[in-house]
Amino acid sequence: MTDNVLQIEQASKTRGKLRVLDAVSLSVAPGERVALLGHNGAGKSTLIKAILGLTPLSGGRISVAGTAPGSGSARAATAFLPEAVSFHPALTGREQLTLFSRLAGARADVPALLDRVGLADALDRRIGTYSKGMRQRLGLAQVLLGRPRVALLDEPTSGLDPISRQDLYDIIDELAGQGTAVLIASHALTEVEARTDRIAILRRGVLVADDTLAGLSARAGLPIRLRIRAREDAGAIAEQTGGRRVNGASVEILCSPAEKMEALRRVAAMGEAVTDIDITPPRLEDLYRHYAQEVPQ
Amino acid sequence: MIRFLAIARTEMLILKRNRWLVVATLIMVLFALALTFAGSAPTGTLGVDMLTVSVASMTTLSVYLAPLLALMISFDAIAGEADRGSLALLLSYPAGRGEVLLGKFTAQLAALAFAMVIGFGSAGAVAAWSGGAGSDSLIALARLICTSVLLGAVFLTLGYLISALAPGTTAAAGMSAGLWLIFVVLYDLGLLGAVVMDQGGAFTQSVFPWVMVANPADAFRVWNIAASDGVALSSGMAGAARALPDWAAPVSLLVWPVLGFAAARAAFRRVEP
Repeated sequence: MTDNVLQIEQASKTRGKLRVLDAVSLSVAPGERVALLGHNGAGKSTLIKAILGLTPLSGGRISVAGTAPGSGSARAATAFLPEAVSFHPALTGREQLTLFSRLAGARADVPALLDRVGLADALDRRIGTYSKGMRQRLGLAQVLLGRPRVALLDEPTSGLDPISRQDLYDIIDELAGQGTAVLIASHALTEVEARTDRIAILRRGVLVADDTLAGLSARAGLPIRLRIRAREDAGAIAEQTGGRRVNGASVEILCSPAEKMEALRRVAAMGEAVTDIDITPPRLEDLYRHYAQEVPQ
Repeated sequence: MIRFLAIARTEMLILKRNRWLVVATLIMVLFALALTFAGSAPTGTLGVDMLTVSVASMTTLSVYLAPLLALMISFDAIAGEADRGSLALLLSYPAGRGEVLLGKFTAQLAALAFAMVIGFGSAGAVAAWSGGAGSDSLIALARLICTSVLLGAVFLTLGYLISALAPGTTAAAGMSAGLWLIFVVLYDLGLLGAVVMDQGGAFTQSVFPWVMVANPADAFRVWNIAASDGVALSSGMAGAARALPDWAAPVSLLVWPVLGFAAARAAFRRVEP
Protein backbone atom coordinates (compact mmCIF):
# COMPACT_ATOMS: atom_id res chain seq x y z
CA MET A 1 0.00 0.00 0.00
CA THR A 2 3.05 2.24 0.00
CA ASP A 3 2.34 3.43 -3.52
CA ASN A 4 -0.77 5.30 -2.40
CA VAL A 5 0.14 8.95 -2.43
CA LEU A 6 -2.85 9.74 -0.26
CA GLN A 7 -3.48 7.36 2.62
CA ILE A 8 -6.18 7.86 5.23
CA GLU A 9 -6.33 5.35 8.08
CA GLN A 10 -9.11 5.25 10.67
CA ALA A 11 -9.46 9.03 10.55
CA SER A 12 -11.85 10.28 13.23
CA LYS A 13 -12.94 13.74 14.19
CA THR A 14 -15.34 14.81 16.89
CA ARG A 15 -16.82 18.26 17.31
CA GLY A 16 -18.41 18.43 20.73
CA LYS A 17 -20.59 15.33 20.89
CA LEU A 18 -20.89 15.03 17.14
CA ARG A 19 -18.74 12.51 15.37
CA VAL A 20 -17.97 14.28 12.12
CA LEU A 21 -15.63 11.57 10.85
CA ASP A 22 -15.79 8.03 12.21
CA ALA A 23 -12.85 5.77 11.44
CA VAL A 24 -12.65 6.66 7.76
CA SER A 25 -10.06 4.74 5.77
CA LEU A 26 -9.49 5.68 2.17
CA SER A 27 -6.53 5.73 -0.16
CA VAL A 28 -5.85 7.19 -3.56
CA ALA A 29 -3.09 5.96 -5.87
CA PRO A 30 -1.19 8.18 -8.31
CA GLY A 31 -3.24 8.77 -11.44
CA GLU A 32 -6.45 7.59 -9.81
CA ARG A 33 -9.63 9.66 -9.80
CA VAL A 34 -11.80 9.01 -6.77
CA ALA A 35 -15.20 10.59 -6.19
CA LEU A 36 -16.19 11.37 -2.63
CA LEU A 37 -19.96 11.49 -2.31
CA GLY A 38 -22.24 12.28 0.59
CA HIS A 39 -25.06 14.52 1.76
CA ASN A 40 -24.38 18.01 2.99
CA GLY A 41 -22.78 17.64 6.40
CA ALA A 42 -21.68 14.05 5.76
CA GLY A 43 -18.09 15.05 6.48
CA LYS A 44 -16.67 15.54 2.97
CA SER A 45 -15.31 19.03 3.53
CA THR A 46 -14.03 18.10 6.98
CA LEU A 47 -12.13 15.18 5.49
CA ILE A 48 -10.60 17.45 2.86
CA LYS A 49 -9.62 20.00 5.50
CA ALA A 50 -8.04 17.24 7.55
CA ILE A 51 -6.03 16.13 4.51
CA LEU A 52 -4.88 19.73 4.08
CA GLY A 53 -3.88 19.89 7.74
CA LEU A 54 -6.27 22.79 8.33
CA THR A 55 -8.17 20.92 11.00
CA PRO A 56 -6.65 18.38 13.41
CA LEU A 57 -7.95 14.81 13.67
CA SER A 58 -9.18 13.33 16.93
CA GLY A 59 -7.91 9.90 15.93
CA GLY A 60 -6.32 7.93 13.12
CA ARG A 61 -3.74 9.21 10.71
CA ILE A 62 -3.42 10.67 7.25
CA SER A 63 -0.34 10.62 5.10
CA VAL A 64 0.09 12.85 2.07
CA ALA A 65 2.99 11.86 -0.17
CA GLY A 66 4.47 10.07 2.83
CA THR A 67 4.33 13.07 5.18
CA ALA A 68 1.94 14.44 7.78
CA PRO A 69 -0.87 16.69 6.54
CA GLY A 70 -0.08 20.38 6.90
CA SER A 71 3.67 19.85 6.83
CA GLY A 72 5.61 21.92 4.33
CA SER A 73 6.25 19.02 1.98
CA ALA A 74 2.65 17.80 2.20
CA ARG A 75 1.39 21.25 1.28
CA ALA A 76 3.89 21.50 -1.55
CA ALA A 77 2.59 18.18 -2.92
CA THR A 78 -1.08 19.13 -2.64
CA ALA A 79 -3.33 21.28 -4.78
CA PHE A 80 -6.72 22.36 -3.48
CA LEU A 81 -9.81 23.80 -5.09
CA PRO A 82 -12.18 24.96 -2.34
CA GLU A 83 -15.93 24.93 -2.72
CA ALA A 84 -17.06 28.32 -4.06
CA VAL A 85 -13.48 29.49 -4.47
CA SER A 86 -12.90 33.18 -3.83
CA PHE A 87 -10.08 35.65 -4.34
CA HIS A 88 -9.36 39.28 -3.55
CA PRO A 89 -11.55 41.27 -5.95
CA ALA A 90 -8.95 44.02 -6.45
CA LEU A 91 -6.37 41.70 -8.02
CA THR A 92 -6.29 40.61 -11.63
CA GLY A 93 -6.26 36.96 -12.62
CA ARG A 94 -2.63 37.24 -13.64
CA GLU A 95 -1.59 38.82 -10.34
CA GLN A 96 -3.45 36.27 -8.25
CA LEU A 97 -2.00 33.34 -10.12
CA THR A 98 1.49 34.85 -10.01
CA LEU A 99 1.20 35.06 -6.23
CA PHE A 100 0.14 31.42 -5.99
CA SER A 101 2.89 30.37 -8.33
CA ARG A 102 5.49 32.12 -6.15
CA LEU A 103 4.01 30.61 -2.99
CA ALA A 104 4.13 27.17 -4.55
CA GLY A 105 7.70 27.76 -5.67
CA ALA A 106 6.67 26.86 -9.20
CA ARG A 107 7.94 28.77 -12.20
CA ALA A 108 4.66 28.61 -14.01
CA ASP A 109 3.78 30.17 -17.32
CA VAL A 110 0.81 32.12 -15.97
CA PRO A 111 -0.66 33.34 -19.28
CA ALA A 112 -0.48 29.80 -20.70
CA LEU A 113 -2.22 28.38 -17.64
CA LEU A 114 -5.00 30.95 -17.81
CA ASP A 115 -5.33 30.22 -21.50
CA ARG A 116 -5.64 26.52 -20.66
CA VAL A 117 -8.69 27.19 -18.50
CA GLY A 118 -10.19 29.63 -20.99
CA LEU A 119 -9.39 32.88 -19.20
CA ALA A 120 -6.90 34.30 -21.71
CA ASP A 121 -9.14 37.31 -22.40
CA ALA A 122 -9.60 38.09 -18.71
CA LEU A 123 -5.90 37.91 -17.84
CA ASP A 124 -5.59 41.55 -16.77
CA ARG A 125 -9.11 42.17 -15.58
CA ARG A 126 -9.87 42.44 -11.89
CA ILE A 127 -11.31 39.33 -10.32
CA GLY A 128 -14.10 41.51 -8.95
CA THR A 129 -15.49 41.66 -12.49
CA TYR A 130 -15.36 37.87 -13.01
CA SER A 131 -18.45 35.68 -13.11
CA LYS A 132 -18.75 32.74 -10.71
CA GLY A 133 -17.74 30.34 -13.46
CA MET A 134 -14.67 32.42 -14.28
CA ARG A 135 -13.59 32.40 -10.63
CA GLN A 136 -14.02 28.65 -10.59
CA ARG A 137 -11.81 28.41 -13.69
CA LEU A 138 -9.20 30.60 -12.04
CA GLY A 139 -9.37 28.27 -9.06
CA LEU A 140 -8.78 25.35 -11.37
CA ALA A 141 -5.82 27.11 -12.96
CA GLN A 142 -4.11 27.32 -9.57
CA VAL A 143 -4.65 23.58 -9.12
CA LEU A 144 -2.57 23.02 -12.23
CA LEU A 145 0.40 24.96 -10.84
CA GLY A 146 3.54 22.91 -10.40
CA ARG A 147 2.30 19.37 -11.09
CA PRO A 148 0.72 18.47 -7.75
CA ARG A 149 0.90 14.87 -6.54
CA VAL A 150 -2.48 15.11 -4.85
CA ALA A 151 -5.39 17.26 -6.01
CA LEU A 152 -8.38 17.84 -3.72
CA LEU A 153 -11.37 19.31 -5.50
CA ASP A 154 -14.38 20.33 -3.40
CA GLU A 155 -17.49 20.65 -5.57
CA PRO A 156 -15.43 21.69 -8.59
CA THR A 157 -18.34 21.99 -11.01
CA SER A 158 -20.69 24.07 -8.86
CA GLY A 159 -21.68 27.17 -10.80
CA LEU A 160 -20.26 25.96 -14.10
CA ASP A 161 -22.25 25.68 -17.32
CA PRO A 162 -22.36 22.29 -19.08
CA ILE A 163 -19.54 23.09 -21.51
CA SER A 164 -17.30 24.34 -18.71
CA ARG A 165 -18.04 21.15 -16.76
CA GLN A 166 -16.88 19.13 -19.72
CA ASP A 167 -13.69 21.22 -19.93
CA LEU A 168 -13.13 20.79 -16.23
CA TYR A 169 -13.30 17.01 -16.39
CA ASP A 170 -10.96 17.06 -19.39
CA ILE A 171 -8.47 18.95 -17.24
CA ILE A 172 -9.00 16.50 -14.37
CA ASP A 173 -8.30 13.62 -16.76
CA GLU A 174 -5.14 15.40 -17.84
CA LEU A 175 -4.06 15.81 -14.22
CA ALA A 176 -4.66 12.14 -13.53
CA GLY A 177 -2.84 11.30 -16.75
CA GLN A 178 0.31 12.98 -15.46
CA GLY A 179 0.12 10.92 -12.26
CA THR A 180 -1.80 13.16 -9.87
CA ALA A 181 -4.07 11.43 -7.38
CA VAL A 182 -7.40 13.25 -7.65
CA LEU A 183 -10.09 13.28 -4.96
CA ILE A 184 -13.32 14.98 -6.04
CA ALA A 185 -16.04 15.78 -3.51
CA SER A 186 -19.23 16.25 -5.42
CA HIS A 187 -23.01 16.19 -5.58
CA ALA A 188 -23.10 15.96 -9.36
CA LEU A 189 -23.60 12.20 -9.56
CA THR A 190 -24.06 11.85 -13.30
CA GLU A 191 -20.77 13.61 -14.03
CA VAL A 192 -18.83 11.69 -11.45
CA GLU A 193 -20.28 8.40 -12.68
CA ALA A 194 -18.64 8.71 -16.06
CA ARG A 195 -15.43 10.47 -15.15
CA THR A 196 -13.98 8.76 -12.09
CA ASP A 197 -12.32 5.43 -11.40
CA ARG A 198 -13.68 4.77 -7.95
CA ILE A 199 -16.48 6.02 -5.75
CA ALA A 200 -16.43 6.54 -2.00
CA ILE A 201 -19.59 7.41 -0.11
CA LEU A 202 -19.66 9.07 3.29
CA ARG A 203 -22.76 8.86 5.45
CA ARG A 204 -22.70 10.89 8.67
CA GLY A 205 -18.95 10.59 8.95
CA VAL A 206 -18.84 6.86 8.16
CA LEU A 207 -17.41 5.57 4.91
CA VAL A 208 -20.18 3.25 3.73
CA ALA A 209 -18.83 2.44 0.29
CA ASP A 210 -15.51 2.52 -1.52
CA ASP A 211 -15.47 0.65 -4.80
CA THR A 212 -15.74 0.93 -8.57
CA LEU A 213 -19.16 1.61 -10.01
CA ALA A 214 -19.44 -2.05 -11.10
CA GLY A 215 -18.37 -3.26 -7.68
CA LEU A 216 -20.86 -1.02 -5.91
CA SER A 217 -23.54 -2.16 -8.26
CA ALA A 218 -22.83 -5.87 -7.66
CA ARG A 219 -22.66 -5.45 -3.90
CA ALA A 220 -25.86 -3.45 -3.73
CA GLY A 221 -27.67 -6.10 -5.78
CA LEU A 222 -30.07 -3.49 -7.10
CA PRO A 223 -32.45 -4.73 -9.77
CA ILE A 224 -31.95 -4.11 -13.46
CA ARG A 225 -34.87 -2.47 -15.14
CA LEU A 226 -36.20 -3.92 -18.40
CA ARG A 227 -38.73 -1.85 -20.25
CA ILE A 228 -40.68 -3.66 -22.91
CA ARG A 229 -42.78 -1.91 -25.51
CA ALA A 230 -45.70 -4.02 -26.62
CA ARG A 231 -47.11 -4.01 -30.15
CA GLU A 232 -50.73 -4.37 -29.09
CA ASP A 233 -51.63 -5.89 -25.77
CA ALA A 234 -49.38 -4.64 -23.00
CA GLY A 235 -51.67 -6.16 -20.42
CA ALA A 236 -51.01 -9.67 -21.70
CA ILE A 237 -47.27 -9.19 -21.64
CA ALA A 238 -47.46 -7.84 -18.12
CA GLU A 239 -49.36 -10.93 -17.09
CA GLN A 240 -46.93 -13.28 -18.83
CA THR A 241 -43.76 -11.73 -17.45
CA GLY A 242 -45.01 -10.73 -14.04
CA GLY A 243 -44.07 -7.14 -14.84
CA ARG A 244 -45.88 -3.90 -14.23
CA ARG A 245 -47.66 -1.77 -16.83
CA VAL A 246 -46.21 1.71 -16.85
CA ASN A 247 -48.25 3.37 -19.56
CA GLY A 248 -50.53 2.27 -22.32
CA ALA A 249 -48.01 0.29 -24.31
CA SER A 250 -45.07 -0.49 -22.00
CA VAL A 251 -44.28 -3.01 -19.30
CA GLU A 252 -41.49 -2.73 -16.78
CA ILE A 253 -39.75 -5.73 -15.27
CA LEU A 254 -37.29 -5.57 -12.39
CA CYS A 255 -34.82 -8.42 -12.18
CA SER A 256 -31.56 -9.17 -10.43
CA PRO A 257 -28.33 -9.17 -12.46
CA ALA A 258 -28.31 -12.98 -12.33
CA GLU A 259 -31.81 -13.25 -13.77
CA LYS A 260 -31.23 -10.78 -16.55
CA MET A 261 -30.41 -13.21 -19.41
CA GLU A 262 -33.24 -15.53 -18.44
CA ALA A 263 -35.70 -12.63 -18.53
CA LEU A 264 -34.37 -11.48 -21.89
CA ARG A 265 -34.78 -14.95 -23.35
CA ARG A 266 -38.38 -15.06 -22.25
CA VAL A 267 -39.06 -11.66 -23.78
CA ALA A 268 -37.31 -12.64 -27.02
CA ALA A 269 -39.50 -15.73 -27.19
CA MET A 270 -42.58 -13.53 -27.37
CA GLY A 271 -41.55 -12.63 -30.90
CA GLU A 272 -43.66 -10.06 -32.76
CA ALA A 273 -45.63 -9.00 -29.68
CA VAL A 274 -42.63 -6.98 -28.48
CA THR A 275 -41.43 -4.03 -30.56
CA ASP A 276 -38.62 -2.66 -28.39
CA ILE A 277 -36.73 -3.29 -25.19
CA ASP A 278 -34.57 -0.99 -23.04
CA ILE A 279 -32.22 -2.30 -20.38
CA THR A 280 -31.30 0.11 -17.61
CA PRO A 281 -28.67 -1.03 -15.10
CA PRO A 282 -28.83 0.71 -11.70
CA ARG A 283 -27.41 4.18 -12.02
CA LEU A 284 -25.14 5.89 -9.56
CA GLU A 285 -28.13 7.83 -8.32
CA ASP A 286 -29.83 4.60 -7.32
CA LEU A 287 -26.63 3.25 -5.79
CA TYR A 288 -26.05 6.48 -3.94
CA ARG A 289 -29.57 6.36 -2.58
CA HIS A 290 -29.00 2.76 -1.55
CA TYR A 291 -25.71 3.36 0.27
CA ALA A 292 -26.24 6.84 1.64
CA GLN A 293 -29.73 6.30 3.01
CA GLU A 294 -29.42 2.74 4.24
CA VAL A 295 -30.65 2.66 7.83
CA PRO A 296 -27.72 2.14 10.19
CA GLN A 297 -27.98 -1.05 12.25
CA MET B 1 11.86 33.79 2.67
CA ILE B 2 10.80 34.59 -0.89
CA ARG B 3 7.24 33.64 0.02
CA PHE B 4 6.59 36.42 2.49
CA LEU B 5 7.88 38.90 -0.09
CA ALA B 6 5.43 37.49 -2.62
CA ILE B 7 2.61 38.07 -0.14
CA ALA B 8 3.94 41.53 0.72
CA ARG B 9 4.06 42.48 -2.95
CA THR B 10 0.47 41.38 -3.50
CA GLU B 11 -0.70 43.11 -0.31
CA MET B 12 0.98 46.33 -1.48
CA LEU B 13 -0.80 46.04 -4.79
CA ILE B 14 -4.11 45.71 -2.96
CA LEU B 15 -3.39 48.71 -0.72
CA LYS B 16 -2.58 50.80 -3.77
CA ARG B 17 -5.56 49.58 -5.73
CA ASN B 18 -8.21 49.99 -3.08
CA ARG B 19 -6.88 53.54 -2.59
CA TRP B 20 -5.77 52.88 0.99
CA LEU B 21 -2.32 54.26 0.39
CA VAL B 22 -3.69 57.47 -1.11
CA VAL B 23 -6.36 57.96 1.54
CA ALA B 24 -4.01 57.32 4.47
CA THR B 25 -1.39 59.67 3.04
CA LEU B 26 -3.99 62.33 2.38
CA ILE B 27 -5.33 62.10 5.93
CA MET B 28 -1.84 62.45 7.35
CA VAL B 29 -0.97 65.44 5.14
CA LEU B 30 -4.22 67.28 5.87
CA PHE B 31 -4.12 66.81 9.64
CA ALA B 32 -0.42 67.57 9.91
CA LEU B 33 -0.75 70.76 7.85
CA ALA B 34 -3.82 71.89 9.74
CA LEU B 35 -2.08 71.40 13.08
CA THR B 36 1.05 73.12 11.92
CA PHE B 37 -0.85 76.23 10.92
CA ALA B 38 -3.19 76.18 13.88
CA GLY B 39 -0.30 75.63 16.30
CA SER B 40 1.94 78.36 14.91
CA ALA B 41 0.71 81.02 17.35
CA PRO B 42 2.81 80.28 20.49
CA THR B 43 6.15 80.38 18.63
CA GLY B 44 7.07 83.83 19.86
CA THR B 45 6.06 83.34 23.47
CA LEU B 46 8.01 80.10 23.93
CA GLY B 47 11.08 81.22 22.06
CA VAL B 48 11.37 78.12 19.90
CA ASP B 49 11.19 77.80 16.13
CA MET B 50 8.02 76.94 14.33
CA LEU B 51 9.07 73.40 13.42
CA THR B 52 9.46 72.54 17.12
CA VAL B 53 5.94 73.70 17.87
CA SER B 54 4.72 71.87 14.83
CA VAL B 55 6.39 68.63 15.97
CA ALA B 56 4.81 69.00 19.41
CA SER B 57 1.36 69.38 17.88
CA MET B 58 1.93 66.51 15.46
CA THR B 59 3.07 64.28 18.34
CA THR B 60 -0.32 64.75 19.94
CA LEU B 61 -1.97 64.09 16.60
CA SER B 62 0.03 60.96 15.95
CA VAL B 63 -0.91 59.37 19.28
CA TYR B 64 -4.47 59.21 17.99
CA LEU B 65 -3.97 58.88 14.27
CA ALA B 66 -1.18 56.30 13.98
CA PRO B 67 -3.04 53.61 15.98
CA LEU B 68 -6.28 54.42 14.19
CA LEU B 69 -4.81 54.14 10.69
CA ALA B 70 -2.92 50.97 11.63
CA LEU B 71 -6.02 49.28 13.03
CA MET B 72 -8.11 50.35 10.05
CA ILE B 73 -5.65 48.69 7.69
CA SER B 74 -5.04 45.55 9.72
CA PHE B 75 -8.34 44.55 11.34
CA ASP B 76 -9.56 42.49 8.38
CA ALA B 77 -6.20 40.95 7.46
CA ILE B 78 -7.31 37.49 8.63
CA ALA B 79 -11.03 37.87 9.37
CA GLY B 80 -11.56 39.40 5.91
CA GLU B 81 -9.90 36.49 4.15
CA ALA B 82 -11.84 34.04 6.30
CA ASP B 83 -15.15 35.78 5.52
CA ARG B 84 -14.37 35.93 1.83
CA GLY B 85 -13.48 32.25 1.86
CA SER B 86 -9.99 32.72 0.48
CA LEU B 87 -8.12 31.83 3.67
CA ALA B 88 -8.31 28.03 3.33
CA LEU B 89 -6.84 28.16 -0.16
CA LEU B 90 -4.05 30.51 0.90
CA LEU B 91 -3.17 28.27 3.83
CA SER B 92 -3.08 25.18 1.63
CA TYR B 93 0.03 26.65 0.00
CA PRO B 94 3.48 25.94 1.42
CA ALA B 95 3.78 29.41 2.99
CA GLY B 96 3.54 29.11 6.78
CA ARG B 97 1.12 31.20 8.79
CA GLY B 98 3.99 33.25 10.19
CA GLU B 99 5.13 33.99 6.65
CA VAL B 100 1.62 35.03 5.61
CA LEU B 101 1.42 37.37 8.58
CA LEU B 102 4.92 38.73 8.03
CA GLY B 103 4.13 39.42 4.38
CA LYS B 104 1.00 41.38 5.23
CA PHE B 105 2.83 43.20 8.04
CA THR B 106 5.70 44.21 5.75
CA ALA B 107 3.40 45.70 3.13
CA GLN B 108 1.06 47.43 5.56
CA LEU B 109 3.93 48.86 7.61
CA ALA B 110 5.51 50.17 4.42
CA ALA B 111 2.22 51.84 3.49
CA LEU B 112 1.94 53.42 6.95
CA ALA B 113 5.55 54.58 6.83
CA PHE B 114 4.91 56.14 3.43
CA ALA B 115 1.89 58.03 4.74
CA MET B 116 3.82 59.21 7.84
CA VAL B 117 6.87 60.37 5.91
CA ILE B 118 4.81 62.28 3.37
CA GLY B 119 2.37 63.68 5.93
CA PHE B 120 4.75 64.79 8.67
CA GLY B 121 7.46 65.55 6.15
CA SER B 122 5.34 67.99 4.18
CA ALA B 123 4.03 69.68 7.32
CA GLY B 124 7.57 69.87 8.65
CA ALA B 125 8.78 71.38 5.40
CA VAL B 126 6.07 74.00 5.46
CA ALA B 127 6.82 74.85 9.11
CA ALA B 128 10.57 75.06 8.48
CA TRP B 129 10.09 77.19 5.41
CA SER B 130 7.75 79.69 7.04
CA GLY B 131 9.08 79.77 10.60
CA GLY B 132 12.60 78.41 10.56
CA ALA B 133 14.07 75.14 11.80
CA GLY B 134 17.19 74.23 13.75
CA SER B 135 19.06 70.96 13.74
CA ASP B 136 17.33 70.05 17.03
CA SER B 137 13.89 70.45 15.56
CA LEU B 138 14.87 68.49 12.44
CA ILE B 139 15.99 65.62 14.64
CA ALA B 140 12.72 65.90 16.57
CA LEU B 141 10.84 65.62 13.30
CA ALA B 142 12.82 62.56 12.24
CA ARG B 143 12.18 61.04 15.67
CA LEU B 144 8.49 61.77 15.37
CA ILE B 145 8.32 59.99 12.01
CA CYS B 146 10.25 56.93 13.20
CA THR B 147 8.34 56.57 16.46
CA SER B 148 5.03 57.04 14.65
CA VAL B 149 5.92 54.18 12.34
CA LEU B 150 6.81 52.09 15.41
CA LEU B 151 3.52 53.00 17.07
CA GLY B 152 1.77 52.05 13.85
CA ALA B 153 3.62 48.72 13.89
CA VAL B 154 2.34 48.02 17.42
CA PHE B 155 -1.26 48.54 16.38
CA LEU B 156 -0.86 46.66 13.12
CA THR B 157 0.11 43.56 15.10
CA LEU B 158 -2.69 44.15 17.61
CA GLY B 159 -5.04 44.46 14.63
CA TYR B 160 -3.88 41.04 13.39
CA LEU B 161 -4.41 39.60 16.85
CA ILE B 162 -7.99 40.88 16.85
CA SER B 163 -8.47 39.72 13.29
CA ALA B 164 -7.43 36.19 14.25
CA LEU B 165 -9.59 36.11 17.39
CA ALA B 166 -12.74 37.75 16.01
CA PRO B 167 -15.47 35.52 14.58
CA GLY B 168 -15.92 37.82 11.57
CA THR B 169 -14.96 41.09 9.92
CA THR B 170 -17.70 43.11 11.59
CA ALA B 171 -16.72 41.85 15.02
CA ALA B 172 -13.09 42.58 14.24
CA ALA B 173 -13.98 46.17 13.31
CA GLY B 174 -15.88 46.65 16.55
CA MET B 175 -13.12 45.11 18.63
CA SER B 176 -10.54 47.34 16.91
CA ALA B 177 -12.53 50.44 17.79
CA GLY B 178 -12.72 49.24 21.39
CA LEU B 179 -9.01 48.53 21.50
CA TRP B 180 -8.21 51.97 20.14
CA LEU B 181 -10.43 53.61 22.72
CA ILE B 182 -8.82 51.66 25.57
CA PHE B 183 -5.21 52.29 24.61
CA VAL B 184 -5.51 55.88 23.49
CA VAL B 185 -8.21 57.34 25.72
CA LEU B 186 -9.45 55.18 28.59
CA TYR B 187 -6.04 53.99 29.79
CA ASP B 188 -4.89 57.55 30.38
CA LEU B 189 -8.19 58.51 31.98
CA GLY B 190 -7.86 55.56 34.37
CA LEU B 191 -4.33 56.53 35.27
CA LEU B 192 -5.38 60.10 35.80
CA GLY B 193 -8.11 58.95 38.14
CA ALA B 194 -5.65 56.79 40.06
CA VAL B 195 -3.21 59.66 40.43
CA VAL B 196 -5.94 61.95 41.72
CA MET B 197 -7.08 59.32 44.26
CA ASP B 198 -3.49 58.67 45.35
CA GLN B 199 -2.85 62.37 46.05
CA GLY B 200 0.86 62.29 45.34
CA GLY B 201 1.58 59.10 47.29
CA ALA B 202 3.82 56.14 46.51
CA PHE B 203 1.79 55.13 43.47
CA THR B 204 2.21 58.49 41.80
CA GLN B 205 5.92 58.63 42.64
CA SER B 206 7.15 55.19 41.62
CA VAL B 207 4.46 53.03 40.00
CA PHE B 208 2.57 55.46 37.84
CA PRO B 209 5.37 56.34 35.36
CA TRP B 210 6.01 52.65 34.67
CA VAL B 211 2.37 51.80 34.25
CA MET B 212 2.07 54.72 31.90
CA VAL B 213 5.06 53.83 29.77
CA ALA B 214 3.79 50.24 29.48
CA ASN B 215 1.10 51.60 27.17
CA PRO B 216 2.70 52.00 23.73
CA ALA B 217 0.74 55.17 23.00
CA ASP B 218 2.08 56.78 26.16
CA ALA B 219 5.57 55.42 25.54
CA PHE B 220 5.42 57.15 22.17
CA ARG B 221 4.47 60.41 23.83
CA VAL B 222 7.14 60.10 26.51
CA TRP B 223 9.88 59.23 24.03
CA ASN B 224 9.16 62.24 21.84
CA ILE B 225 8.75 64.60 24.77
CA ALA B 226 11.61 63.47 26.97
CA ALA B 227 14.09 63.56 24.14
CA SER B 228 13.50 67.15 23.19
CA ASP B 229 13.34 70.00 25.70
CA GLY B 230 11.73 72.24 23.16
CA VAL B 231 8.94 69.74 22.50
CA ALA B 232 8.53 69.10 26.22
CA LEU B 233 8.26 72.80 26.81
CA SER B 234 5.55 73.30 24.23
CA SER B 235 3.57 70.22 25.22
CA GLY B 236 3.79 70.85 28.94
CA MET B 237 3.95 67.24 30.02
CA ALA B 238 7.52 66.64 30.95
CA GLY B 239 6.97 65.76 34.62
CA ALA B 240 6.15 62.10 34.31
CA ALA B 241 8.79 61.55 31.66
CA ARG B 242 11.51 62.83 34.00
CA ALA B 243 10.75 60.11 36.55
CA LEU B 244 11.71 57.38 34.09
CA PRO B 245 15.11 56.28 32.81
CA ASP B 246 15.79 57.25 29.20
CA TRP B 247 15.52 53.71 27.90
CA ALA B 248 12.05 52.98 29.29
CA ALA B 249 9.95 54.48 26.50
CA PRO B 250 12.10 53.20 23.59
CA VAL B 251 12.15 49.69 25.06
CA SER B 252 8.37 49.71 25.49
CA LEU B 253 7.79 50.89 21.94
CA LEU B 254 10.30 48.42 20.48
CA VAL B 255 9.11 45.41 22.49
CA TRP B 256 5.40 45.91 21.80
CA PRO B 257 5.49 45.11 18.06
CA VAL B 258 7.44 41.91 18.76
CA LEU B 259 5.01 40.81 21.47
CA GLY B 260 2.05 41.82 19.33
CA PHE B 261 3.33 39.86 16.36
CA ALA B 262 4.01 36.78 18.47
CA ALA B 263 0.52 36.95 19.99
CA ALA B 264 -1.09 37.45 16.59
CA ARG B 265 0.84 34.52 15.17
CA ALA B 266 -0.18 32.28 18.06
CA ALA B 267 -3.83 33.27 17.63
CA PHE B 268 -3.62 32.84 13.85
CA ARG B 269 -2.21 29.35 14.30
CA ARG B 270 -5.42 28.32 16.05
CA VAL B 271 -7.68 29.65 13.29
CA GLU B 272 -9.46 26.88 11.40
CA PRO B 273 -10.64 28.26 8.07
